[in-house]
Amino acid sequence: MHHYLRALLQAVFHEPDPNSRVLLRELNRKTKGNTGIIAMKEIVIISGKGGTGKTSIIAAFASLAKSKVLCDADVDAADLHLITKPEIKEKHDFESGHTAIINQDKCSECGLCRDLCRWNAISEDFVVNFIECEGCGVCYYFCPEKAIDFPLNTCGEWYLSETRFGPMAHARLHIAEENSGKLVALIRQEGKKLAEKRHINLLLTDGPPGIGCPVIASLGGATAVLIVAEPTVSGRHDMERVVELAAFFKIPAMVCVNKFDLNPDQGKAIEVFAREKNIGVIGRVPFDPAFTRAMVQGKTIVEFDSQSEGCKAVKGVWENLAQSLEI
Amino acid sequence: MIISIASGKGGTGKTTIATNLAVSLKSDVQLLDCDVEEPNSHLFIQPVIEKVKTITTPVPEVDMEKCSLCGKCGEICQFKAIAVIADTVLVFHELCHSCGGCMQVCPEKAITETGRELGVIEQGHRNGLEFVHGRLRVGEAMSPPLIKKVREYTRPGILTIIDAPPGTSCPVIACMTGADFVLLVTEPTPFGLHDLKLAVGAVKILGIPCGLVINRSDIGNDQVKIYAEQENIPVLMEIPFDRRIAEAYSRGKMIVEVMPEWKERFAKLYHQIKEIVFSNN
Repeated sequence: MHHYLRALLQAVFHEPDPNSRVLLRELNRKTKGNTGIIAMKEIVIISGKGGTGKTSIIAAFASLAKSKVLCDADVDAADLHLITKPEIKEKHDFESGHTAIINQDKCSECGLCRDLCRWNAISEDFVVNFIECEGCGVCYYFCPEKAIDFPLNTCGEWYLSETRFGPMAHARLHIAEENSGKLVALIRQEGKKLAEKRHINLLLTDGPPGIGCPVIASLGGATAVLIVAEPTVSGRHDMERVVELAAFFKIPAMVCVNKFDLNPDQGKAIEVFAREKNIGVIGRVPFDPAFTRAMVQGKTIVEFDSQSEGCKAVKGVWENLAQSLEI
Repeated sequence: MIISIASGKGGTGKTTIATNLAVSLKSDVQLLDCDVEEPNSHLFIQPVIEKVKTITTPVPEVDMEKCSLCGKCGEICQFKAIAVIADTVLVFHELCHSCGGCMQVCPEKAITETGRELGVIEQGHRNGLEFVHGRLRVGEAMSPPLIKKVREYTRPGILTIIDAPPGTSCPVIACMTGADFVLLVTEPTPFGLHDLKLAVGAVKILGIPCGLVINRSDIGNDQVKIYAEQENIPVLMEIPFDRRIAEAYSRGKMIVEVMPEWKERFAKLYHQIKEIVFSNN
């Protein structure tokens, strides 16, 4: 029985151990699913390079997956809501980090804060530049006059919403704010809670571009990542780095090449690289202007034109993905 | 003069504009690729790399012989990167923001600094163009400190072109601060427009003049142009969707390499920017 216990624990902590998923399925079968345990799965869509089509593809998945919670973890430049048009049910402030503020009445201009600040965030006339301030609190801690305030920042908002595809968790980081990684972690957690509450066992998460803080925060505990690559030298370069990142955090990865026909040689090279790294290649999507036209109308490509080449290809990708993750 | 090239949305053509602009001008130019998470400019410029430098950020190291387990280091740290647990001090280097607070506060002077690798900076040349970029170490979360290090290569008196990452949060701000002009590259789609508005918001917070390049200008709709007009943001260049450009890009070729007549248009783009910057001063 301890195998099942481990499987249960791993399901609870969303550990991506394939063995635990097999055991859980077995457990659910033996108990005819009466355990009430839902093996929640989360697929995070990332790309490394921006603009490869993450959001258009996840929007199509939203149309294709039967039961799911949508999560937009690209909090810095969130776009999925432009297609899903969420009806916001809950709205919360996202508070994280602090900024120093010098109270000019108490300040004796001793200059200690300027000496200690490693961000050069304090001007000669003792005003803190809020953009440069890292929120480390060193000036606040050491100020001999206790002239520095250190209030908590409200740096964004997060929402729980209803859409025509099902529930959605999304967020908006205020412009020029920090702590995007923390907001990504929070919105994914809220997405999971929402799924648990509704007895939904699939979370589809739209991830951010890059390989830094917000991307790292979008990976932890994911069942798998789907990397949307584009067949260009940049797309290939960036995909290789994001593959390395997924391996670094031991998250299983799959890849699909979008706009494949733009440069089939680069597309194939991406697929060869993926196979060398034991990454599942789950489909090719052609360049299809229907994606842009669908976006302009605020629709998924499935809603816009289910007979388009792009739609047929994305359906194939979704079926392969669903099959390999047993969704 | 410093021109930062940003976009909000990814994949709109920042690198295309940065590289084509950099090679189209006769004046002294340096190109700093500050998209350190996914730098791409080098794939098009193909510079000869002359110097590679590993960049580190200071993180604490505790001498347990001297430590009295007072816990002040954990108290001052805002990032939960150091904590006294039972009879030891745990340091989480990956979480450290390098503020030096723990070292300052330690009454026993038990804390010194060692380095965490952020990535590398590579510097090179191609045909007289100076090229610098940062490459964030895979697994490293914090890109702004590396971006700031790349920006230290800025040489006053010549034109510095900065290729920024997508988004509008701290890494983008680190690429825009101190620039004389921000060139925003967008595409005329709902996603492009939505993220452009965020990028314009960031530029406004910083108080920097900006202008627009509309890439793939004949796809999507005309909402970007309507927005630009409302906000009084000049549209400095439009590049229609052209499969030749897309295919050249996919092979790592710049527009001006396959269509040399574009050189003049990029030179003109620079002159327009210069005029705006000088009229603002």
